[in-house]
Amino acid sequence: MRCFLCGAAVLKVDEHWDKSLAELMAEAGLRALEDSNLSTVDHVFVSNVYGERLQEQANLGTFLAEELGLKNVVATRVEAGGVSGLAALYSAATVVRSGLSKAAMVVGVEKMSDGTLEESISLMTMEERQEYIGSFGVSQLAEAALLYKEYMRRYKVGAESIAYFSVLSHENSSRCSHAQYQFKLSLESVMNSPMIAEPIHRLEATAPADGAAAIIVVSDDLAEKLDRTNCTLTGLGFSNDLPVAFDREDPLAMEAVSTAGRRALEMAGVSRSEVDFLELHESYSVMSPLMLEALGFTERGQACVKAEKGVFGLSGELPINTFGGLKGRGHPVGASGVYAVAEAFLQLVGEASKNQVAKAERGMVVSMAGLGAYAGAAVLEAVR
Amino acid sequence: MKPLTSRPPFYWRLRPFIYRLEGSRCSVCGHFHPLNRVVCRRCGSRTLERERLNNAGRLVNYTVVHQAQEGFEKTTPYLVGWVEMDDGTNLVGQLTDCDPQDLKVGMTIEMVVRKLRVDGDSNLIVYGVKFRPLVQR
Repeated sequence: MRCFLCGAAVLKVDEHWDKSLAELMAEAGLRALEDSNLSTVDHVFVSNVYGERLQEQANLGTFLAEELGLKNVVATRVEAGGVSGLAALYSAATVVRSGLSKAAMVVGVEKMSDGTLEESISLMTMEERQEYIGSFGVSQLAEAALLYKEYMRRYKVGAESIAYFSVLSHENSSRCSHAQYQFKLSLESVMNSPMIAEPIHRLEATAPADGAAAIIVVSDDLAEKLDRTNCTLTGLGFSNDLPVAFDREDPLAMEAVSTAGRRALEMAGVSRSEVDFLELHESYSVMSPLMLEALGFTERGQACVKAEKGVFGLSGELPINTFGGLKGRGHPVGASGVYAVAEAFLQLVGEASKNQVAKAERGMVVSMAGLGAYAGAAVLEAVR
Repeated sequence: MKPLTSRPPFYWRLRPFIYRLEGSRCSVCGHFHPLNRVVCRRCGSRTLERERLNNAGRLVNYTVVHQAQEGFEKTTPYLVGWVEMDDGTNLVGQLTDCDPQDLKVGMTIEMVVRKLRVDGDSNLIVYGVKFRPLVQR
């Protein structure tokens, strides 16, 4: 699976009251196209989760094509909960690799400011089984809190050690110009923020956000002709699990994440130790340690210890969430995976500015839907 | 847009599970599934039987929820428990008839049917399963 990423765009994650879903995706798409020096693409894939609920808009692929003045192109929306971005990348990579496409555009977009905070909690719960979880009056947030407590109990880890992952994310988002939250957080302020579902504090979860990001995927031939530094996509892996965490043998195992990560690394022929940075899907602070452990980057129960030693900082052994991740950069759900891929691209072409990871050769992006219901992983490598 | 969860047929269809914890048990491996199933998600068998779960179990863990989802704004703070029923099936649901200080991990709980919420538009009263600490009489 080798194809090239030759352009990317990231809009600031924000509450874009004055911009529509269509305007956001058009702006990101156009900027990525300009960045790639291409004049057009033949496929567009829109990654979006809540458009039909919040904007009552379906058929987003066609609307993006219209916004960009593209005619006679293949245009689809891709949805797989939190994995939507990587699922759209998978679509783009497979059409490019198969020869059906010379250049494909992936745009991730979400506009959550059209809803209330309560609605966003309900929207996240759409990744769970509504007929059971939703109808019992349980939210994904409450389930995440139960996993958090189980993690603390099983590994004898204090809440502060888990909350520290929010501090880490903000450390990186504080210097990122497209981040929702461009400021640092102290551990004290995280721990003093209101409890939203004990033991999860408000500053350990994401907030509703609007955003759009885009990438351009091209074939080997076309990449050679373009006057643009690019990076290669060398591995992709996906895997499902039982959607509701408490139905699994071990709700903390995150087996879908393990399998997706292993598959992506195997496809790329890369070992874990060769990964220079990692973009995670920390929809709640505890998801960072859970994912790091499921991916095998640390032993079970050891991620917090490593975090406190500085391993995951921007200049650490394995930087994570280099632009702030879901917590700091922001989590416009359908766009988040595309943001992570675009950020990995920026790292690998050396355009990450103040967030640059030194000597970044290989990066890995891991996304998950629900609390490990479905997972996707991508390995990207610099071209030298 | 009208939320799915305020559509009466949605709840009408779910009655066996959300009022009585009826689901499908695999005749081969014994795994219990909420709701109707045609294939066992654990072993892949296609022989499943309708079954009603036992009413009792134990509390594995719980949380106090302060940030509500839509329709639950007026019920915060509310309690959510992770319970293991007597047959080993794990479920999550709201806890009722108790305060957080009454709860102890491992305590016996039982299933009850309670009002969950009243839908704003149609005034549909939504009932469903909750769990409460079992009181010894």
